[in-house]
Amino acid sequence: MKWDEFFVTGDPMIYGADVSIVLTMVGILFYLTKYKKWKWLWDEWLTTVDHKKLGIMYIVSAVLMLFRGGVDALLMRTQLAVPEAKFLDSQHYNEIFTTHGTIMIIFMAMPFLIGLINVVVPLQIGARDVAYPYLNAVSFWTFFIGAMLFNISFVIGGSPSAGWTSYMPLASNELSPGPGQNYYLLGLQIAGIGTLLTGINFLVTILKMRAPGMTLFRMPMFTWSSLVTMVIIIFAFPILTVALALMTFDRLFGSHFFTLQGAGMDMLWANLFWLWGHPEVYIVILPAFGMFSEIISTFSRKTLFGYKAMIWSMLLIAGYSFLVWVHHFFTMGSGALVNSVFSITTMAIGIPTGVKIFNWLFTMYRGKIQFTTPMLWSLGFIVNFVIGGVTGVMLAMAAADYQYHNTYFLVSHFHYVLIAGTVFACFAGLIYWYPKMFGYKLNERIGKWVFWVFTIGFNVCFFPQYFLGLDGMPRRVYTYSEESGWGPLNMVSTIGGFMMGIAFLILVYNMYYSFRYAKRETTGDAWDGRTLEWSTPTAMPPFYNFAKIPEVTGLDHFWRQKQAGKVEKLKAEDIKPIHMPSNSGVPFIMASFFFVAGFGMVFDWMWMAIAGIIGVFGTLFYRSFEYDDGYYVSVEEVIETEKISK
Amino acid sequence: MRRFKPFFTFGLLMAVFMLSGCSDMIVLDPKGPVGAEQRDLIMYSIWFMLFILIVVYALTAFIVYKYRDRKNHKGYDPDNEGSHLLETIWWIVPIIIVIALAIPTVKSIYSLEGPPEKSKDQKPLVIHATSVNWKWVFSYPEQDIETVNYLHIPEDRPVLFKLTSADSMASFWVPQLGGQKYAMAGMETELYLQADEQGTYEGRNSNFTGEGFTNHTFDVMAMSDAEFEKWASETKADAPELSKGQYDKLMLPGHVKEMTFSSTHLDWVDHATNAEYALDARDRLGYEEKLPHSRAAKEEKKKREEEMKKLEESESESHGDSHAH
Repeated sequence: MKWDEFFVTGDPMIYGADVSIVLTMVGILFYLTKYKKWKWLWDEWLTTVDHKKLGIMYIVSAVLMLFRGGVDALLMRTQLAVPEAKFLDSQHYNEIFTTHGTIMIIFMAMPFLIGLINVVVPLQIGARDVAYPYLNAVSFWTFFIGAMLFNISFVIGGSPSAGWTSYMPLASNELSPGPGQNYYLLGLQIAGIGTLLTGINFLVTILKMRAPGMTLFRMPMFTWSSLVTMVIIIFAFPILTVALALMTFDRLFGSHFFTLQGAGMDMLWANLFWLWGHPEVYIVILPAFGMFSEIISTFSRKTLFGYKAMIWSMLLIAGYSFLVWVHHFFTMGSGALVNSVFSITTMAIGIPTGVKIFNWLFTMYRGKIQFTTPMLWSLGFIVNFVIGGVTGVMLAMAAADYQYHNTYFLVSHFHYVLIAGTVFACFAGLIYWYPKMFGYKLNERIGKWVFWVFTIGFNVCFFPQYFLGLDGMPRRVYTYSEESGWGPLNMVSTIGGFMMGIAFLILVYNMYYSFRYAKRETTGDAWDGRTLEWSTPTAMPPFYNFAKIPEVTGLDHFWRQKQAGKVEKLKAEDIKPIHMPSNSGVPFIMASFFFVAGFGMVFDWMWMAIAGIIGVFGTLFYRSFEYDDGYYVSVEEVIETEKISK
Repeated sequence: MRRFKPFFTFGLLMAVFMLSGCSDMIVLDPKGPVGAEQRDLIMYSIWFMLFILIVVYALTAFIVYKYRDRKNHKGYDPDNEGSHLLETIWWIVPIIIVIALAIPTVKSIYSLEGPPEKSKDQKPLVIHATSVNWKWVFSYPEQDIETVNYLHIPEDRPVLFKLTSADSMASFWVPQLGGQKYAMAGMETELYLQADEQGTYEGRNSNFTGEGFTNHTFDVMAMSDAEFEKWASETKADAPELSKGQYDKLMLPGHVKEMTFSSTHLDWVDHATNAEYALDARDRLGYEEKLPHSRAAKEEKKKREEEMKKLEESESESHGDSHAH
């Protein structure tokens, strides 16, 4: 391989990126060394098994990925702002929309939600950590390394350019040679390990580690949605793992599962991809639903309306999510019967989703609604998500879908559900639980600016795209002619896109501003909350979460205690030594070996891949013979931490 | 309510502004029975969707306004946790809506599998459409002619497209005539379309196929039956025959101008049963896909473009300008 093939050359923007990456790295190394932060970094973060810290790292990574994916989006919108623009060439544009899609779904939406689940769920169920804290660290580091591997592609070797769906045979060696597509396969594969482990970990955590008295039907709705999400992950992700492995075999070892030669079957890839891909959509939307349930109930100062209906509708959605994948390719010619069946199952998903919308509305009915920023995002969700929902039903009508498929109508639809659903939830959840993570709230006034600029920008960006779709503009074109008449609406759309970018910058500024100036919380109950995470005496829970595991007597236990004026005070005699897991550097080291193995496979350097895989097995072997049962936190230390006066 | 007003006003204004342009949007301005059936289904569903949006927005506005936290707040009931009657209503109403949408959808799905109802007794014109990165090859087996990147069809007569691909998965779409269908290597899919008005319609591949995808387009000219027959017989008489060598060059990734031949490639290959043909042809020409960012790729691309130019010349030399259309 020649140097001009290893490093991406010839584009000034890429050189700019090279320089900024090197400068950032040097800056970080300098900072860590000058302020002697290396030990702090290792002890507090790289080796931690604390679910709250892992959650924060997930969220920080997700925000970085949101920035990366957002820059991709703005580059695309800039290119499409006017007809026949020369800003990006076709290959460059194709790489950017591929990385935009992949990063936003796999490396932004999912980790953002998993991060919030990590921070919140153990606290909500009254647990001290997750069932397998060490495995949780492995989950995070494999996700992080997978994301990093995928991200370096744009300066080293070139990014994948076959779309985030990577349809075969376009993604095969014959039509897309080189490391680009391999980055997609290996990056997703490594990150996928982390996701599957998270699924298992939180399923067990929620089923086995709930505080005494918290029956399944007393669980907070966010915990319920996480539980259902984990079940979907456990059933869906193995499909992705297998599909990616088969394509990797095709590309690296000459097999013919999906290729043009050797009677490969390209339709099989599309089926496997969406058999995972559709449940994946629900993996990123159900936790969002859960968060909105919590937030709407909290700020309406009222019990969730139709708690059981919410759960049953969620279970129905989860079941349906595995029965609708064909709607992603109604146009494949599967025949009238198949298309009819999948049309109906897809439309049927609208029923439980509609039920949820009405339950949220009636949670506010007879409530006392406070317009805090998390609540604004939740209201924005209802108003905008409904547009995504109804256009989803339109797309489900196969006969009509033949006209919407592969157009901007579809692009607009899935941005209306994924942004108004998932991204709004990420922002709402981040703001809502921010005091739990950092001990202070984000500034509300600046937060409202973020909400309005983002929401208006979002509609200005995506609403016109429905009409572009109906006017025949296909997705993934890198430019269009003047005569097509698509110019004005595209310009409007681009303006909206940049408004969203500005809103993101204001959000980041708000983080800085609030870090400097926000009033620090003095209690653990920043929003007058309902669920157990707000019941810790300090704003940020100590690493063991609860000095004494709470006993739950009903739904919204903490809220009811407060209403009855019976919040228990912690007494010194109640405290017993607390068993906690030890930190470990092994997950980080293991993930680093995964990086070596992945990078080797991307470039087809088998010596390097094998060395990396040996390293991975080495760490597994080491772990198998490591006898570490954790340690006990002494009663004195707990009393000290909780500041209990004897 | 005041704080939500700008938002709703803005949305409403935008909707009105865009709906006013509705009739100009090509999907809603079909020129044949297939597209018309789909347009009707789309409009039918849009009314339901507007109804749903109005109900949800009205309810949201009412509840948010009435139960906002303020002085003299009335009706607060923190333990109001459900209502069987209400919940039954919003389980049943969506079910009814889904049924109302499902019936015409299923009807249309079945009817679109065959030729349009009104021209059932006519024998459809059969055209094989083959996608190869990034061009369309159209074979008329009955007329024994072949065109590249353009189509002539008679009006008021159903056309049965037999779709396949020589390489990437493509999607054959002429928005004003009707919805799309995939064209896949080693597979044959069928699509009925029909034009009721004479004119030129844009067609394209709408499924991403890599670098040249954006310009993977073709024109469809709908004309009277007599004109079509005249064009077909003249083409058969005047256009050059397609040689295997020329066809191999068509298999290279790239764009070519419109071309016309008096024989079809179906004589020696049907991509619906032979998925490897294009790759073999590329091998025969010594072509190999290079890493997209490398210098080698730029050279390879230049070589391909020269081959395409030679192919175009070889086609136009042998039959002058007779394929004017």
